[in-house]
Amino acid sequence: MRIHLHTDEAGRGAGLAFKMAERGGRGSGGHGSLDKSITLPPDEIFRNLENAKRFAIDIGGSLTKLAYYSTVQHKVARVRSFDHSGKDIENEPLYEISVQEEITARLHFIKFENNYIETCLDFIKDHLVNTETKVIKATGGGAYKFKDLIEKKLGLKVDKEDVMTCLIKGCNFLLRNIPHEVFAYQKDSDTEFRFQTNHPNIFPYLLVNIGSGVSIVKVESEDKFEWIGGSSIGGGTFWGLGALLTKTKKFDELLQLASKGQHTNVDMLVKDVYGGACQTLGLSGNLIASSFGKSTTADKEFSKEDMAKSLLHMISNDIGQLACLYAKLHNLDKIYFGGFFIRGHPVTMRTITFSINFFSKGEVQALFLRHEGYLGAIGAFLKGAEQDNPNQYSWGENYAGSSGLMSTSPDVYPMQRTRSGTFDMFEMDRLERPLVNLPLLKDPSTYIPDTVDLTDDAMARKYWLTCFEEALDGVAKRAAASQPDSVDAPERAEKFRQKYWNKLQTLRQQPFAYGTLTVRSLLDTREHCLNEFSFPDPYSKVKQKENGIALKCFQSVIESLDSLGWEERQFALVKGLLAGNVFDWGAKAVSDVLECEPQFGFEEAKSKLQERPWLEDSYSQWLERLKEGPPHKCALIFADNSGIDIILGVFPFVRELLSRGTEVILACNSGPALNDVTYSESLIVAERIAAMDPVIQSALREEKLLLVQTGSSSPCLDLSRLDKGLAVLVRERKTDLVIIEGMGRAIHTNYYAALKCESLKLAVIKNSWLADRLGGKIFSVIFKYEVPCK
Amino acid sequence: MRGGVATVEGVVTAVGVASWLPRTEVFPWFGLDIGGTLVKLVYFEPKDITAEEEDEEVENLKNIRKYLTSNVAYGSTGIRDVHLELKDLTLCGPRIAQLVEVQSNEMGDLQLRKLDELDCLIKGVLYIDSVGFNGHSECYYFEHPTDAARCQKLPFNLENPYPLLLVNIGSGVSILAVYSKENYRWVTGTSLGGGTFFGLCCLLTGCSTFEEAMEMASRGDSTKVDKLVRDIYGGDYERFGLPGWAVASSFGNMMSKEKRESVSKEDLAKATLITITNNIGSIARMCALNENINRVVFVGNFLRINTISMRLLAYALDYWSKGQLKALFLEHEVRFHFQFVSLSNKLCSRYSSPRVSPAFGLLTDHLLAPQGYFGAVGALLELLDSA
Repeated sequence: MRIHLHTDEAGRGAGLAFKMAERGGRGSGGHGSLDKSITLPPDEIFRNLENAKRFAIDIGGSLTKLAYYSTVQHKVARVRSFDHSGKDIENEPLYEISVQEEITARLHFIKFENNYIETCLDFIKDHLVNTETKVIKATGGGAYKFKDLIEKKLGLKVDKEDVMTCLIKGCNFLLRNIPHEVFAYQKDSDTEFRFQTNHPNIFPYLLVNIGSGVSIVKVESEDKFEWIGGSSIGGGTFWGLGALLTKTKKFDELLQLASKGQHTNVDMLVKDVYGGACQTLGLSGNLIASSFGKSTTADKEFSKEDMAKSLLHMISNDIGQLACLYAKLHNLDKIYFGGFFIRGHPVTMRTITFSINFFSKGEVQALFLRHEGYLGAIGAFLKGAEQDNPNQYSWGENYAGSSGLMSTSPDVYPMQRTRSGTFDMFEMDRLERPLVNLPLLKDPSTYIPDTVDLTDDAMARKYWLTCFEEALDGVAKRAAASQPDSVDAPERAEKFRQKYWNKLQTLRQQPFAYGTLTVRSLLDTREHCLNEFSFPDPYSKVKQKENGIALKCFQSVIESLDSLGWEERQFALVKGLLAGNVFDWGAKAVSDVLECEPQFGFEEAKSKLQERPWLEDSYSQWLERLKEGPPHKCALIFADNSGIDIILGVFPFVRELLSRGTEVILACNSGPALNDVTYSESLIVAERIAAMDPVIQSALREEKLLLVQTGSSSPCLDLSRLDKGLAVLVRERKTDLVIIEGMGRAIHTNYYAALKCESLKLAVIKNSWLADRLGGKIFSVIFKYEVPCK
Repeated sequence: MRGGVATVEGVVTAVGVASWLPRTEVFPWFGLDIGGTLVKLVYFEPKDITAEEEDEEVENLKNIRKYLTSNVAYGSTGIRDVHLELKDLTLCGPRIAQLVEVQSNEMGDLQLRKLDELDCLIKGVLYIDSVGFNGHSECYYFEHPTDAARCQKLPFNLENPYPLLLVNIGSGVSILAVYSKENYRWVTGTSLGGGTFFGLCCLLTGCSTFEEAMEMASRGDSTKVDKLVRDIYGGDYERFGLPGWAVASSFGNMMSKEKRESVSKEDLAKATLITITNNIGSIARMCALNENINRVVFVGNFLRINTISMRLLAYALDYWSKGQLKALFLEHEVRFHFQFVSLSNKLCSRYSSPRVSPAFGLLTDHLLAPQGYFGAVGALLELLDSA
C-alpha cells in the first residue's frame, strides 16, 4: 500500500518559506550547476514548460514527483538530392544539406521535496503559457492533502487516480521502454548493481510496494493485476518503531544509524541458542533466531545504531519472506520492489535481497528499478494521456536530461545521502517509430548487445572514460566548426563540452547511474548531449564530401573487381569492406589524400590491413560456404560509415550478393551519429550508384535491394531495439544471413550476439588498447563467420 | 510401570553439556528442553518403584527429587506447573535409558543426551494429545472467531491429526508440516517471535518480565499506535477488499511526533503484541496455502497467558482464508502463573556426583525450536523409547 505518509518532518512543506538556495545542489555530477543560484526552480529543472501539457503529480510522504508532456524543438540535418539532370556533376556537391527544425515529444519527470511544492507550483504557473490543460492527474497520499493548494496555484482541476493502478501502469511502461531499468543488487561485489536485459515478455511479475505498509500485487498483463496480499510491517514500522527506539526522527537518519549498527548485539542468533558453530537443519549459526531476542532485559542499554540495524533486518527479512511465500503460491519468479522504504538505499536492498535468496533458496529474484520513485507519476501521467496513445510509441531515456541513479551508500558518499534535498530529473524522448527485437535473435531474453560491461570491468572503464575525456575537446571543436554560419555555435559547443564532461565525471563516481556502463552508452550519451545543444549532425559536411569523392571512384573499383577471377574477387570484396573501416575518414589528412588521389587512399587503407591469418579469421569457411552452398535467400546488412565504407566497400559487396541471386536489405541509422551513414544519405547514394550500375539499378527497381532504417541514432547496434518495419521485412524476405560491420556494431556490441541464421561480423580494430585486449595489434582484422548449430 | 510427569521451567543461564557415561535405569528421568530463553524440564517419577530401586538412589538424588516434587516454586521465579502434571501414566515395556556419549562435560558429571529437537517436539505434541489432558481434550479451537459475541473455545478431536501445520512460537518461530509421526518437514521460520515481543516491550516500556509485558498489553490500545486502513481511506479500501479495521502500517502512527508523545506504554505493548501475532498468522497462513494443509496447530510459550494472541490468530486465519483454515491450540500452553528461575544452575550443582547421573534427554533450541513443554516431553519419551 502506498500510504499517506505525512509526518512532522515531511509535511511542513506548505507553510515553509523557501530555502532552495541553501539546500539545492548537494547532488553531484549533472546537478553541479544548482549550487550557486537557485532561489526559484531553474529552467534546467522545469524544462520546456512553455509547451507543457498533461500534467500529473504524485505526492508521497516526503517527495513530490511531477510529470508533464512537452514538445521540444530540435534542429535536424536533412539531406536532399539535387536535380543533376543536364549538369556537370563533377563540380557540384552530391546533395544539399539543410538544418531544419523538427518537433518531437518528450516526457519530463521531476522529483523534489514536498517542502518545495509551493514554490515549484508558482514557478510552473508563471511559465505555463501555451497550455490548454485544464486538469492535473494526481496520485499518492499527498494528493489529498495538497489538492487545494494545487488547484489554487495552477488553476487546474485535480483529478485523483488510484495509487496502485498508477504504480503498475508506470512499472509496465518503464519495463517496456527503458533498457537497463531493472537491476539485481549484489552484496560485496565490485558491481553492486547487476542490470538486467529487458525481457521481451515482462509478465507476469510480482510488485511489492513498500510504503508505510506493504502491498503485494500480481501483475499479469497491461491491464490485469490483482492485490494478492500485504503486510502491515513496512516502512512505517521502521520509521515509527525506529523513532520510538532511537529518538531519531528522520527516515534517512534512521537508515544511516542502521548502516553503522551491529544487529548481533540485539538479536539472538542461532549460535547464541546453540553455542558454538553448531548447525541445525542446515541453518547457519549467524541466522537470527529471534529479533530483539537479546533485549529481553530491563537493565542493559542498547545503542541506537544496533537497534536500528536490528529493526531494519527484522523488517526486510519479514517482507522478503512474505514476498517469497506469495511468489511461490502464485508461481512467479520475478519480484520487483518499490516504495519509499527502498528508494535506492543500499542497506535496504542488501537485506531484502539476502532475505529473498535465503527464503526462496535462490529460485526467486529480488529486482529493483532505477526509476522506482517515478512509477506513480508515470502511471498518473499515462492515465491522463490516454488520448495521445503513449503506449503505441517507443520511448527512450534521454541521457542528457536525466539525472541518473545516484549512489545512496551512506558510507561512501555521506553528502549524497541527502539527495532528496535536491532535484532529480528523468526525461524520455518519444521515438518516431516503434522498436522491436530482430526476429533472428537466437534468444531475445538473454541477448546482451554490449561486449564489455564497464561497470564490471574497472580497468576498461578507466580506459574508456579517459579516452572519451581526451576526445571531448576535439568533438566540441568539430561541433562548433560544423556550423560556421551560426554566431552562438562556439558558446553552445562549450556548453556541450561541459555537460558531457560532467556526465563523464558522474560516471566515474557512479558507473551504474544510467544502467550498465558501456562504450555504447558513452557514445549515446555524447550524441544526446550534442543534440541538446543543437548540434544534430556535426559530421554532415564531412560525410557529404566523402560521399561525393567515393562515388567518383565507384566505377573504377567495380571495373577492377570485375576483372578478377571469382575466388580473388571474393577476397577483394571482403578486403574492400574492411578497408572502409580502417581510417577515421573525418581526419583532415585523410580527406586531403582522398581528394587528390582517392583511389590511392582506398588502396593505402587496404595495405594497412593485417595480413591473414587475421585476429579472428573464419574467411575460409565463408569462402567454402559461398562456393559450396546455395545462394542465400536474403542478406541483412548493417552499414557503418559514410563515404568509402558504404560506397566502395558495402555496395560492391551488395552487388556481388545480388548477382548470386541473394536479396539484400541494407539497414542504415535513422538519425546521425558520428560519420555513420544515415538512411536518408543512403537513399541518395543508392540513387547515384544506380545511375552508374545496372545491377544495383534493376535490384532497386525490382525490390531485390531494399533500403531501410534501423530506428537508431547510435554508432552501436542494439538488436533488441530495431525499427519495426525492418523486423517485418526481415521476416517477409526470410532473411538467412546477417552482416554487421564496424567496431561500434560488431565489436563494442554484438561480438557475442547469437543469431538463428548465418552471420558475418567484420571490423578493423582501430584502437590499440582494444586490440591489445583482444590479443592483437592496431588494424587487426575481425572476420567472424558463424553458422548456428542445428 | 506407573508414574507421573511433572513439568518445570526456568531461565537458561548456563547451558552445559555433559559427557556420557554408560548408565542405566536410575530414576528420576528427565526430559529437558533448553530454549533460547527458557529451560523446560519434564520429570518422570515412577510410583511403583521398589524398595531395592529406591535404595539404589543415593542421597543426593533423593534430595533432587524431593526438591522438585515437594516444591511448587523454585528460587525466586521458577515454578512448577502443578496443573499440567499428567497423573497415572502407564508406560509400556521396559524403559531403560541407554546412554550414549555425545559431548564433553561442562555440567559436572551430569549425563546428557542430545536429541533431535524436532523429533521431540512432534513426539511430545502427539503423545500428549493421545493420552489426553487428564481426561480433557488437549486440543481445542475457537468457534466463530470473527464474532466476538459468539466466539467460544471448543474441544477439537485430533484423532486423525495429519496433515497438520505445526507453528511453534518460542523466542523465534518454526513452522513444520507434519504428514505422519515420522514424516514431517521444517517449512520455514521467522525471527519475529516471542523474544521479539518481549525484547521490544522491554525497550519500549521498560518492563522486565514477560508477565508484565503481557499485562500491559492487555490494557493497551494498539489502534493509537498502528495506522489502520480506515486512517488512510476513511473506511474500507474496497478496491483491494481491505476492511477499514485492518492494520495498514504497524507503528505507522509513530512516524508523527505528536502521536509518539500521546501514546501510553500499554498501547505500545499491545501494538507490539498485535504486530508480532498478525505477522505469525500471516506467515502461517501462507505456509498452509503453499503446503495445502488446512489445520494449523499453534504451540509454544508465547501463547501462554496470551489469550489475546490466540484469539487474534484464530480470527486472522479464519478471516483471511475466508473460513478455509482452522487455528488449533493445545492446553499445555495455558498457564496463569509465569515466572522465570535460574533452574539450571541448581540442577548443575545438585548433580555433581558421578555416581548419580540421571538420564537427561537434552533438547536444544534452534531458530524455531520448541519452547513449550512438548519438546521436553518428547525428549523424555525419546529417552524412554531408546531404552
